Amino acid sequence: MNDLQVTDPTVQTRALKISARQVDVFYGDTHAIRKVDVDIADKTVTAFIGPSGCGKSTFLRCLNRMNDTIDTARVAGKIRLDGEDIYDPRVDPVQLRARVGIVFQKPNPFPKSIYDNVAYGPRIHGLARDKAALGGIVEKSLRRAALWDEVKDRLGAPGTSLSGGQQQRLCIARAVATSPEVLLMDEPCSALDPIATAQVEELIDELRRRYSVVIVTHSMQQAARVSQNTAVFHLGELVEFGETGQIFTNPNDPRTENYITGRIG
Amino acid sequence: MTDATAARPTPSLLAQDNRTRHRNRAEVRFRAFGMAAMGTGVLALAVLLASVVSNGLGAFRQTFITFPVVLSQERLDPDGHRDPAAMARVTTFGYAPLIGRAFADHVAALGIETGLGPRAMAAMLSEEAPGQLRTAVLANPQLVGETITLDVLASGRIDGYFKGRVTLESAERDRNVSPEQLRLAETLAQAGVLTTRFNQNFITAPDASGQRPEAAGLGVAILGSFYMMLVVLVLTLPIGVAASIYLEEFAPKNRFTDLIEVNISNLAAVPSIVFGILGLAIFINFAGLPQSAPIVGGLVLTLMTLPTIIIATRASLRAVPPSIRSAALGLGASRMQSVFHHVLPLAAPGILTGTIIGLAQALGETAPLLLVGMVAFVREYPAPLPAGLFDPASALPVQVYNWTQRSDPAFVERASGAIIVLLVVLIFMNALAVLLRRRFERRW
Amino acid sequence: MPLSWLLASVVLLGASGYVAGRRRALAGVGGKCWLLHSLPHYYGANVAIFTIVPALMVLAVWLLVQPLVLERQVAPMITGAAFQDADARSLAMTDMRRVARGLDVAVRQGALTKEQARSNQTEFTDIRARLGRAGVAPGGAVTPEVLRAAQRYRRLEATGSILMTAAVLGLAALGLAYACFTRTRREFRARNAVERAVLALLILASAIAILTTVGIVLSMLFETFNFFELYPWHAFFFGLEWRPRFEGGSELGLLPLLWGTLYISFIALLVAVPIGLFAAIYMAEYAGHRLRAVAKPLIEILAGIPTVVYGLFALVTVGPILRDYFAEPLGLGSSSSSVMTAGIVMGLMLIPFVSSLSDDIINAVPQSLRDGSYGLGATQSETIKQVILPAALPGIVGAVLLAASRAIGETMIVVLGAGAGAALSLNPFEAMTTVTVKIVGQLTGDTDFSSPEALVAFALGLTLFVITLGLNVLALYIVRKYREQYE
Ligand SMILES: Nc1ncnc2c1ncn2[C@@H]1O[C@H](COP(=O)(O)OP(=O)(O)OP(=O)(O)O)[C@@H](O)[C@H]1O
Ligand SMILES: [Mg+2]
Repeated sequence: MNDLQVTDPTVQTRALKISARQVDVFYGDTHAIRKVDVDIADKTVTAFIGPSGCGKSTFLRCLNRMNDTIDTARVAGKIRLDGEDIYDPRVDPVQLRARVGIVFQKPNPFPKSIYDNVAYGPRIHGLARDKAALGGIVEKSLRRAALWDEVKDRLGAPGTSLSGGQQQRLCIARAVATSPEVLLMDEPCSALDPIATAQVEELIDELRRRYSVVIVTHSMQQAARVSQNTAVFHLGELVEFGETGQIFTNPNDPRTENYITGRIG
Repeated sequence: MTDATAARPTPSLLAQDNRTRHRNRAEVRFRAFGMAAMGTGVLALAVLLASVVSNGLGAFRQTFITFPVVLSQERLDPDGHRDPAAMARVTTFGYAPLIGRAFADHVAALGIETGLGPRAMAAMLSEEAPGQLRTAVLANPQLVGETITLDVLASGRIDGYFKGRVTLESAERDRNVSPEQLRLAETLAQAGVLTTRFNQNFITAPDASGQRPEAAGLGVAILGSFYMMLVVLVLTLPIGVAASIYLEEFAPKNRFTDLIEVNISNLAAVPSIVFGILGLAIFINFAGLPQSAPIVGGLVLTLMTLPTIIIATRASLRAVPPSIRSAALGLGASRMQSVFHHVLPLAAPGILTGTIIGLAQALGETAPLLLVGMVAFVREYPAPLPAGLFDPASALPVQVYNWTQRSDPAFVERASGAIIVLLVVLIFMNALAVLLRRRFERRW
Repeated sequence: MPLSWLLASVVLLGASGYVAGRRRALAGVGGKCWLLHSLPHYYGANVAIFTIVPALMVLAVWLLVQPLVLERQVAPMITGAAFQDADARSLAMTDMRRVARGLDVAVRQGALTKEQARSNQTEFTDIRARLGRAGVAPGGAVTPEVLRAAQRYRRLEATGSILMTAAVLGLAALGLAYACFTRTRREFRARNAVERAVLALLILASAIAILTTVGIVLSMLFETFNFFELYPWHAFFFGLEWRPRFEGGSELGLLPLLWGTLYISFIALLVAVPIGLFAAIYMAEYAGHRLRAVAKPLIEILAGIPTVVYGLFALVTVGPILRDYFAEPLGLGSSSSSVMTAGIVMGLMLIPFVSSLSDDIINAVPQSLRDGSYGLGATQSETIKQVILPAALPGIVGAVLLAASRAIGETMIVVLGAGAGAALSLNPFEAMTTVTVKIVGQLTGDTDFSSPEALVAFALGLTLFVITLGLNVLALYIVRKYREQYE
């Protein structure tokens, strides 16, 4: 497995991973996203912030074509992953999603054992040659999601029997297990206590060494803590996009300032 | 790409790798299975309906033979008083030769050559004909002495020939019909004496015995079914609504109401034949109600339909928002008043729809009716209501069953025709239910 | 007085009670109805209830009890020395009742005068002939004792009926007077009283469900006990032969019937479960709105078609096809009614049952699980097979159990499609019979309810009831547990 390779953390690659240009999303007649341009750099954490209902989740779901599963949703514009248009008719969303994983706001473990939950992705994508390899992937993923110590003695227990925070970390482990290149996280910490939140943030920081991570969050502190880049949404539009430090200390757009100060100030 | 990910050559998204291709093929297969399953369901429906319709449409058409008959006085009214009571002494055996002879004479008069004797020719007419003529004469004694044009049913085999059920080859092997008879029938058809046309008697006439499929009709069965549906409607609607109101609006949560709840959901799934056993044991053997009577069938079907109607009624009561109840209570109405004045009227369309669907289900039910004697061979129409509830009668689905048990293949056509009638009524009822639902559908 | 007249009088009394109560209530406050506790019509209704309800209750009890009392009165006249065992006695009583009814009919038709019917001198043969002419055929031999008993029965009945009329009408009048004079005052809470009565009525209506169950269980239990007195229970439950004989010495073993039932149900489920389940999956997960709007109702029409229609379909279409194209070429038999015929047709009948239940259940699986699976890059079929179906499994098992209970209790399809001869065989193209077929067979036509051949039907019915009840309870429990899990 390639991700066993040790990456030098000091190498700050800012190569472009995903570029979105002029993206519009409609739900039936509702225009949920208007002409959004965002660049997601590789090996970076990008935070999406903005008031509720402004379209953060919608945009996030465009990035691995999860919106395909909603009948009424329609996406226009260009989104490129490594330079390839992901909405090209030749693209199989199945292959795309193997490379762009997603963690949802509400934990949604499958009604299977903890082990099978984590092994689900590797199994369908054929990532493990044999049982032992699969076991290795499961253990590594659970360790990275900071869950291993809590569940290593009961891998056969149903995933739904875990606490809410543990379930969310299980879902993160499940997403990590397919070693995606990009990990999308939609408010992953909203169900977690401060300790688990800290663990997840640590995990994100660790993931950043190999993957690029996009995280939607309502917590300004969290955005400030974990992200390098921040995109601010408002009513379906991208208000501002730039380095996190700059956005939080010296926003260009008054709406950004209102939002940030309204929350933290 | 940097060295960190270089080890894993990122495949292009635009080309599917082998594994994905393989998985997509599995996907297509799975989807095809699903489509095939759904198709099978729809196909089953189509084949079922096509089989019933193709077998049964013939029942609505029947072959008639038309010829003049002299109603001679010395045979039909020897006293000459035109007194129906005296004339009633002449049985159908007195009429049969009259008709047979008239038919043979008519054939001869048309100049048709046939090697058939009078007996074989008379056998081409329905055995029901003398009875029908007798009824007509007794109803109108003045006919005696006159020459009337008789329009009698052809026998089942002759009729079958014109519907393709009987062929010259099959007639060779058939004791009941000869090829010669069929040839004569063919000639008569060309002469216009014999015609196949719409037969309303199939719907109005009573059943006929096993040798006379051509005369068998659904009259008694339709009337019996109608009576039973009245009983079901009159009983289930009030009882079902009352029970639902109690359970939905007043029942406290305790062991007793729990028991009722469990009971109702289980009763809805008890095999229908068990209700037949109940009816036989309680209504007939214990309470001494008559066998074959619509009242008993109706009671059995009532017990069977009640759970369905209670479930539907409760659902529509539940759909009335609590705000309506609180509004009424807030104006000082009692709980009973709020339910009867406000909730019930709003739930009425839903209740009605549920009732119609319950009735439709009861109308098609057969098994329990077999046990309470509805299979009996009944030729008399039941009396008008309410006394008719206690008279012997049949029921539409039971009549279907009855006809399948008879040996003459013409009864298969009859049974399928009866099903067409049954299905038309059911379609009508369900359409009414759908219409009601559409018309009164309310979104809160 | 005939019953209908009595009923009409009671109702009439009730109506006048309503009017009187209403008037009196209004009169009591000088027409100022706002001074009353309740609206005037509640006072009227209260009086009407007091008039009608007790009277009708007495009437019902009387009608139930009178025949029992009368029979006890006349029983010594016929059963004194002649009959010792219970069967003969009950037979004689039946005859007596029939003769008594016959006399009624004869009098009504004028074949006998009232006096003749009562007279002790009437020639016995004469009575019999006249009864015959009136269309009443007394069962066995009508002995003079039976005739005398019948005549006494009729006399007692006439007296009883007069007494009953008096009691019922008296009680109605009493109730009217009581309610009208002591319970129609201004401060009386008439509405509460009426509402209590209505509530009692509602409770009564819902108790009918329980009464039905009790009726089912009791009616079958009693006759089953009677059956086991005539026929050993172990021979019934473990008997391998089903051979009823009219002359006695029948073998009434349950197992061949149970085998036929289970075999046919198994084949039916083999047809219905995959088709129904796949159809449900397709409609829930793949089909577009338009296809779904057409196909779903079409398949549900299958559920609304009466079972006798399926029976005829089995008899005239499926049976002959299976025989001509499968059974005979394969040398497996030449019967058009067979386990296969009934099983396949029953399977078609169950498709909508399985599919609509599964459809509900699949739709109850939360969307978040689907999203989770798609988000990991699973295809739709992988999601269905590995996430949705395992999640829906308990519910689907419940649906299959319900379908199995349907199949086991289904009657018309097997009556018309399975055959009538009991067999313990594995050949699916052989005619076999089922529990329900034999219930119909043993209980239709002229049945003698004291013979084991007829009574066995009640034991079969009870067996059927217990099996299906068990399946239903289990299935409903599983389905409910499943629903709770996702609520
Ligand atoms: N499936 C859908 N169908 C129709 N409209 C939708 C759907 N999902 C979201 N929307 C609409 O799109 C807009 C953006 O929704 P979205 O879920 O992206 O907001 P969000 O920024 O993630 O909000 P939150 O912070 O509350 O999660 C909202 O107005 C919402 O009503
Ligand atoms: Mg969101």
